[in-house]
Amino acid sequence: MTLRSVLLGAAALSALAPAAMAERGSDGHVNIIYWQAPSVLNPYMSGGTKDIESSSMILEPLGRFDETGALVPFLAKEIPTVENGGVSEDLTSITWVLKEGLLWSDGSPVTSEDVLFTYEYCTAEEFGCAQGAKFDSVSTVEALDELTVKVTFKAPTPNPYLPFMGGQSPIIQKAQFAECLGAAASTCTEANFNPIGTGPFVVDEFKPNDVISMSANPNYRDPAKPAFATVTFKGGGDAAAAGRAVLETGEFDYAWNLQLAPEVIAEMEKGGKGQTVVGFGTLVERIEMNLTDPSSDLSPDVRSTREAPHPFLSDLNVRKALSMAIDREILVEIGYGEAGRATCNLVPAPALYASPNTDCLVQDLEGAKALLDEAGWVDTNGNGIRDKDGVEMEVLFQTSTNAVRQNFQDAIKAWWEMIGLSVELRNVSGSVFFGGDAGSPDTFQKFYADAEMYANNFDGTDPQAYLAQYRCDNEPQPDNQWQGENINRYCDPEYDALLDELAATGELEKRGEIAIKLNEMLTKESYTIVPLVDRGRVSAHSNTLGGVVLNTWDSELWNVADWYRIKE
Amino acid sequence: MLTFTLRRLLIAVPTLLASAIVIFALLQLAPGDPMANVPLTVPPEVKQRMREALGLGEPVHIQFWKWLVQFFWIEPQVLIDNIFGTGFADGKLRVLSWQTRSPVMDIVVQRLPQTLWVVGTSYLVGIVIALPIGIYSAYRQYSVFDQAGTFVSMVGYSVPTFFTGVLLIVIFSVNMPRESFFWFPSIYDTTHKVTDWSSFGFQVRQMFLPVMVLALYNAAQISRFMRASMLDNLNQDYVRTARAKGLGESIVVMVHVLRNSLIPVVTVIALGVPQVFGGAIITEQVFKVNGLGHLLIGAIEANDLPMVQTLTFIFAVLIVLFNLIADVLYGILDPRIRYD
Repeated sequence: MTLRSVLLGAAALSALAPAAMAERGSDGHVNIIYWQAPSVLNPYMSGGTKDIESSSMILEPLGRFDETGALVPFLAKEIPTVENGGVSEDLTSITWVLKEGLLWSDGSPVTSEDVLFTYEYCTAEEFGCAQGAKFDSVSTVEALDELTVKVTFKAPTPNPYLPFMGGQSPIIQKAQFAECLGAAASTCTEANFNPIGTGPFVVDEFKPNDVISMSANPNYRDPAKPAFATVTFKGGGDAAAAGRAVLETGEFDYAWNLQLAPEVIAEMEKGGKGQTVVGFGTLVERIEMNLTDPSSDLSPDVRSTREAPHPFLSDLNVRKALSMAIDREILVEIGYGEAGRATCNLVPAPALYASPNTDCLVQDLEGAKALLDEAGWVDTNGNGIRDKDGVEMEVLFQTSTNAVRQNFQDAIKAWWEMIGLSVELRNVSGSVFFGGDAGSPDTFQKFYADAEMYANNFDGTDPQAYLAQYRCDNEPQPDNQWQGENINRYCDPEYDALLDELAATGELEKRGEIAIKLNEMLTKESYTIVPLVDRGRVSAHSNTLGGVVLNTWDSELWNVADWYRIKE
Repeated sequence: MLTFTLRRLLIAVPTLLASAIVIFALLQLAPGDPMANVPLTVPPEVKQRMREALGLGEPVHIQFWKWLVQFFWIEPQVLIDNIFGTGFADGKLRVLSWQTRSPVMDIVVQRLPQTLWVVGTSYLVGIVIALPIGIYSAYRQYSVFDQAGTFVSMVGYSVPTFFTGVLLIVIFSVNMPRESFFWFPSIYDTTHKVTDWSSFGFQVRQMFLPVMVLALYNAAQISRFMRASMLDNLNQDYVRTARAKGLGESIVVMVHVLRNSLIPVVTVIALGVPQVFGGAIITEQVFKVNGLGHLLIGAIEANDLPMVQTLTFIFAVLIVLFNLIADVLYGILDPRIRYD
């Protein structure tokens, strides 16, 4: 599946869309499969993608991001901006106006009270709201009238589209959740499993960790939508089985996130029952360099903290040489095929924030060797490993357990050994590696290794919070139970000053410039982060399912109201 | 026999308590974090607040005590409430799953029927296939039939279900044309309700592949036991006596030998029943049958400790219970065996 066929599909869609304007429920039944099963239909209860995406068919936010990352109003009349007066000049407040005549699926009207309640629900004490980060910067939310809500921030906020935007923070009904505030939230099983929403579908039956049966919402705002009368949303199994069910057996119409080897997907597509769609977002597979010493000889209070600089990775030339030795095109080929692109950027998209940096794309083993020689790292004792002042270049390279990542490890180990390092590989089960257990030595935050590989991305389209992770002192350390986000222990006052400037800048062009500079400081100027692959999302849909627009900026099911059955 | 049963039941109490402690301690010691599946885009402070909301901040012994109270005191009250419509458990905190934030037992009750249907049917099918094969293989030892039976049961016993399952899917779901009578679904439709003959027909079809995979495995195991037990008995003196009395071969084999040979086989079958409740973890996963095995594996992956703890403990109870039942059955079937 190439970009061309995606575009063709989009073109075909726009041509067909008017013809598909049938009446609600005229296209019968649609089957969706997610290989991770939804556990709860309340995105505030669980941060899991499966839960956020499944509930996005039922619950809706004020606005969503479309497939290009642009903002689209959903429950709101329009997207507030400084130009239309919705966002205050000083960037401290945003005023949303709801569409008129909106109804919940139970027939009651949607009002600004529901929006206000959503804020109160997520910020209630002892709840542990999974989307708390969306509301952290908010100081008050007020309902000005029936349809108008004003969100005031604690400080000027150039990106005010955090609360009530996107699949993570939809509006919930006050009447249904009124008794579920704070610690009482988990007693509301009925509400968490059968939320009343404004989306195109309503829950008929929810079997946690298994299946959701849904039917069209009789009170959906567009009387002609959704085209499907009923939906089965099946969860569980593995990506291969989900792909097989859509592409080979044709039992399902849509399969989410097929993280499979490219040749496996190609083989499945020969089944002829469906096709894959690819979309790129901000997910980047990268190697993080540890700027601090992970040696087990150090005391636990010093090990992998800024008190102990790394014996050789603190040398810029070494990090640069390690990056130069990697052939990213080969990595894409073995790991992701159509669903990956080689990249040198931490922020690969949206275009406004993406640096044009392509320096790293060509592998240069000789250059890397020369650079190490120049920096004084040569093999003085004849053991085949470069050293300097008695420090041998021995790298422990860790990642989570995952077939693609282990293939990457093997390839990278070979390249690094070619330029004269000794490399030891290690993989840790994902549930431990990504779990934040402060007692475990194996978490990615603790970083008891010299280099590690994983993927990360950011919510929405604004990279400010993402880049701010690399602020000095935000690193995991004993003082904060190893919970920080500055994994590399990067610390540069200039970077922090630029971050402050970004936070105070409202003008988009200027924000783009600063973000690009910040990205380059982390990547091509310091090689603290060595980006490898910009990872796309591959999903599959059957040949008879129309209207699918893959969106990596919001829930994949963001436009499920527009899906229809292609008539033969 | 009654005193024996009572004594065994009393011994079961400390056994189960000990196993509950062991399960709990193992889960506590195991690495992992229920927040591991939350995307990295969620900041660490938020994750920490979520952990506290799950009760993870409390000391270990208090967590265990809470679970004990919830499982042995509050859950039975919920059961009574459901049966008699009373309100003993109103407002009391039940064992809550960390994944769904809803009561674990509700989900178990929801999952149990599928497991009983699919795994239970496969167990019955397995027994029905195994007994005649075992009997005939023993009666005609080293015949072509016996050799073939031995081969098939060795294959069934040694080939893992994740292989046979996928093999059957490739043959009957992928390569078989959709219109064919021999096409079977590879994904179990857990929302399907049997209301008439045609929906019953669909239910049979969707159960066919998982049941066959499991039945092959069960039949292989039981037929070997049946054959061995028959062989033990066929050479006994009482068999020769029966033949000398002039009884027909069918009566000698099917009445005298079979009844005596069934005693150990019945025990083996009874001991296998807890597995039926435990679900078939791998097969349920392959065919997406939403049974208890499927539930358990999902809970383990998500580090949902209350769910794993409750499920494994229920399995422990069943194993202890069916061991007792097997012992009692032994005594009933064989008058020579007395425990008192």
